[in-house]
Amino acid sequence: MNVIEVKDLKKVYNSTEVKVNALNGIDLTIEKGEFTAIVGPSGSGKTTFLNMLGGLDSPTSGDINIGGTEIGKLSSSKLIDFRLQNIGFVFQAYNLIPVLTALENVEFIMQMQGVDKKQRQQRAKDLLIQVGLGDRINSRPSKLSGGQQQRVAVARALASKPTFVLADEPTANLDSKSTENLLSMMEELNKQEKITFIFSTHDQRVVNKAHRVITLEDGKIISDDRKNE
Amino acid sequence: MILAVAWRNIWRNKTRSLVILIAICLGLASGIFYMAFYKGMVVQRINTAIKTEASHIQVHHKEYLNNPDKKFVISNTDSTVQIIRSNEHVKAISSRVIINTMAQSAKTGTGVKITGINPEDEKQVTNLSTKLIEGTYFEEVKRNPIVIGEELANKLNVKLKSKVVVTLQDMQGNLTGAAFKVEGIFRTSNTAFDKASVFVRKSDISRIMQLDNQASHEIAILLDNNENLASTNTSLTEELSTLDVKTWREIMPEVSLVESSFGITMFVFIGIILLALLFGIINTMLMAVLERKKELGMLMAVGLNKTRVFTMILLETVMLSLVGGLFGIALGWLLTFYFGYQGIDLGTWSTAYESMGFDTLVYTQLPFYVSMQIALMVIVTGIIAAIYPATKALKLKPAEAIRIDL
Ligand SMILES: Nc1ncnc2c1ncn2[C@@H]1O[C@H](COP(=O)(O)OP(=O)(O)O)[C@@H](O)[C@H]1O
Ligand SMILES: [Mg+2]
Repeated sequence: MNVIEVKDLKKVYNSTEVKVNALNGIDLTIEKGEFTAIVGPSGSGKTTFLNMLGGLDSPTSGDINIGGTEIGKLSSSKLIDFRLQNIGFVFQAYNLIPVLTALENVEFIMQMQGVDKKQRQQRAKDLLIQVGLGDRINSRPSKLSGGQQQRVAVARALASKPTFVLADEPTANLDSKSTENLLSMMEELNKQEKITFIFSTHDQRVVNKAHRVITLEDGKIISDDRKNE
Repeated sequence: MILAVAWRNIWRNKTRSLVILIAICLGLASGIFYMAFYKGMVVQRINTAIKTEASHIQVHHKEYLNNPDKKFVISNTDSTVQIIRSNEHVKAISSRVIINTMAQSAKTGTGVKITGINPEDEKQVTNLSTKLIEGTYFEEVKRNPIVIGEELANKLNVKLKSKVVVTLQDMQGNLTGAAFKVEGIFRTSNTAFDKASVFVRKSDISRIMQLDNQASHEIAILLDNNENLASTNTSLTEELSTLDVKTWREIMPEVSLVESSFGITMFVFIGIILLALLFGIINTMLMAVLERKKELGMLMAVGLNKTRVFTMILLETVMLSLVGGLFGIALGWLLTFYFGYQGIDLGTWSTAYESMGFDTLVYTQLPFYVSMQIALMVIVTGIIAAIYPATKALKLKPAEAIRIDL
């Protein structure tokens, strides 16, 4: 089953004096349960591409179909709700609300979805245990290490039961040990719960963990390798 | 949970929040204190107006207030007084003869308003007898006693026992005059009153004017309570249909105006303070929104819709304003209570206030519902202050806000 279908996706940034062709015609399908890395040098269009997939920015042309919905056709308010219900996000930084505890950060998104208090508290706790932070659920982000914060972000991304999780350079600010831990954890979730992950990186160790590696250059896919386990 | 986020966000930048909180607190506290001070003055002015000058209700001949000529008298004073006395809220009644004329001492002369009274009745209605600074109140001098204000005594250069000659026209139009002996000198908080009012016995002045002893120009009525003013006025107006019945509010509209305009005055005054604070609140919230761009972008990215973003910032602004507001209201009340008990001595400014009829020792007071109104105004201010920062937040584009600029 395809969760994402992208057809001839183009993005031109006109905001600066020079026109930037950030994405030059991308075609791609991603299936449920994939563990995919988007790699490529800085400026190759990774962030732009993930933003398009996540409905955070609109393409100049082309279609993005997520689980049967053409997201380019959604109104901006429908799109916000679509993101809430279908997509889990992990950013490089600023993932968490500083004034909320780890538990509350995970709960927050479920409250937006209208999940009742008991249920969301239980799920948030379970998720934090799953990402290995069972003993830190009442800590605020400032009391957590960078790696721990990213784990909370992953738990938060999973809390809404999304179709897939997008992670734009989730390990960029982490040391090698934390990077290793975060990736193993994500891989575990992928294996156990069949969570679809799409993450960008330019860290070779992270690339090595991926099951599928899509390489971008100048806004084009130049290679698409699948590993057989 | 949005409420929790909004509340905790207030305390993220403690110094910045405290600055605006203290500004709101002090602004409102001083506003409230000033209003309480003003209210205290107004109430005292009204009490003075009732107790020393107008009493609650006055009855005159229908023409008298338009044209205070001595011929417009209430001719059957005793029966009128009896009708008035049958009203349950009436506490005391005093009938008076009034004539505007000239008073002269050995040195100089001036225009005065002579009020002829029955001392025993008048004592019950007004408190002039308690305002004496020298002499006595119609007790000692047997023949033609007169009680005058301090200002007038100075002006005429008379002392106790001095002679004051009044010249007047009697009812037949003949010029006549009589000598009075100063028996008491009073001082009220209204210097204008002290300068022009003198009191004599009604029987003396009636005799000099050749006025019938059943005739009077004015009947002053003191009620048990100002709250019964309107109802008593209505029934007296009916019962004394041939006469003119008026409350102190109609007799002294300027005093009444100060009272009735209190609400508007307060609204405008507190409104101006809040308007000034509004800009401070907007500034604080704008800084808060701008430094949280990435966080707000992230929240919008993960699915916080515009209504929720707006609500979050609105709640934060309103709570920030309200915390400062409540402390301000509390502090304002504390000051009001303290000076409501202690009183504030206007000291050096007292002459200016006295000449306008205000007491120089002011007891602050404020009705409780006012604090509710002010709290409401603070909330409205918070809502208005939230609009601009919240719109700024809504304009953020999540993709741009969260982009890491290296
Ligand atoms: N908002 C923007 N306005 C103009 N140009 C942009 C914008 N965002 C990205 N770009 C440009 O688009 C290209 C792709 O950028 P990006 O997607 O961030 O690449 P990557 O994430 O792979 O480093 C770059 O040349 C970048 O300068
Ligand atoms: Mg990038």
